[in-house]
Amino acid sequence: MRLSYPTNVKVIQVPCTGRVDIIHLLNAIEDGADGVYVAGCLEGECHYIAGNLKARRKVDYVKRTLEEIGVEPERVEMYNLSSAQGARFAEIANEMVEQVAKLGPTPVKGSCAA
Amino acid sequence: MIVADRKSLEEILSMVETDKKILVVGCKGCVTVCNVGGAKEVEVLASALKIARKKAENELEIDTHVLERQCDNEYVSQLGDTVGDYDAVVSMACGVGPQFLSEMYREQVFYPAVNTTFFGGATQHGVWEERCAGCGTCGIHLFGGICPIARCAKSLLHGPCGGSSNGACEVNKDTECIWDTIVKKKMEQGKVDDLLAVKGFKDWRSARDGGPRRSIREELVEGNI
Repeated sequence: MRLSYPTNVKVIQVPCTGRVDIIHLLNAIEDGADGVYVAGCLEGECHYIAGNLKARRKVDYVKRTLEEIGVEPERVEMYNLSSAQGARFAEIANEMVEQVAKLGPTPVKGSCAA
Repeated sequence: MIVADRKSLEEILSMVETDKKILVVGCKGCVTVCNVGGAKEVEVLASALKIARKKAENELEIDTHVLERQCDNEYVSQLGDTVGDYDAVVSMACGVGPQFLSEMYREQVFYPAVNTTFFGGATQHGVWEERCAGCGTCGIHLFGGICPIARCAKSLLHGPCGGSSNGACEVNKDTECIWDTIVKKKMEQGKVDDLLAVKGFKDWRSARDGGPRRSIREELVEGNI
């Protein structure tokens, strides 16, 4: 299965999405990322019981924070898929890139912004 | 512990509107425990403020620091070398913090980033409830270990009042009538007669009504021994 997904998606691996913190997502936006999404395991399937559920709550917090300061909350998303769903992974990457492309470049002109 | 809630980003942003370089100072005491002003929250606030100001094309330089406690001068003094380098300092401690900072560094401007709300504890992860009103004359043993001063809307010593309905307070249906709880607990213990005892007038001079309070422990005051 040689699936392609947009080259502008940079994958950062973590042992569990429970490791992802609010500050990681905010730092990405602060440094000029147009969008950031968390791809966690299917709900109910977390090896660490609730890592993906905690990640979703953190994503929701970041969305609320961005909304409060006038940045589109759609720039941050949470997805759930299993490690066996390679096709879905590529589909999500395309979906997210399309969603962010619609919003346009980030209004946050950070040091990494194009 | 002292419980607080962070102010809205809008309010904090308006405080530092004209500043170009600020310091956000957290506290490792109560506000760390109630997840509002510890190391993590300091970084989150700093990042959110930077995003907002970058968006407004008016970048804000922010440094962060977390003090052991902001209610002790020995820790507050640790900022001495750097506090003057900033246009303003945002404190994420309870209301005590920015006051201790302001008293020590008279030239600097300190903004409170949190609203200090009450003395309480966590009833579940993410939920804090008031338990103490700091009235200065504790009598919880008279009420089955439950404080009606802090937890009854009227601070009644002989309750419940007529506003108690199915265990809820008339002030807010989501607030339990604490007198209903006290009576039920005393009934469970078979000690409901305890509540028939008439309590004397409460001396509110030990509470806020007596003005700002001070506590002195002679054995600790330097120079006394």
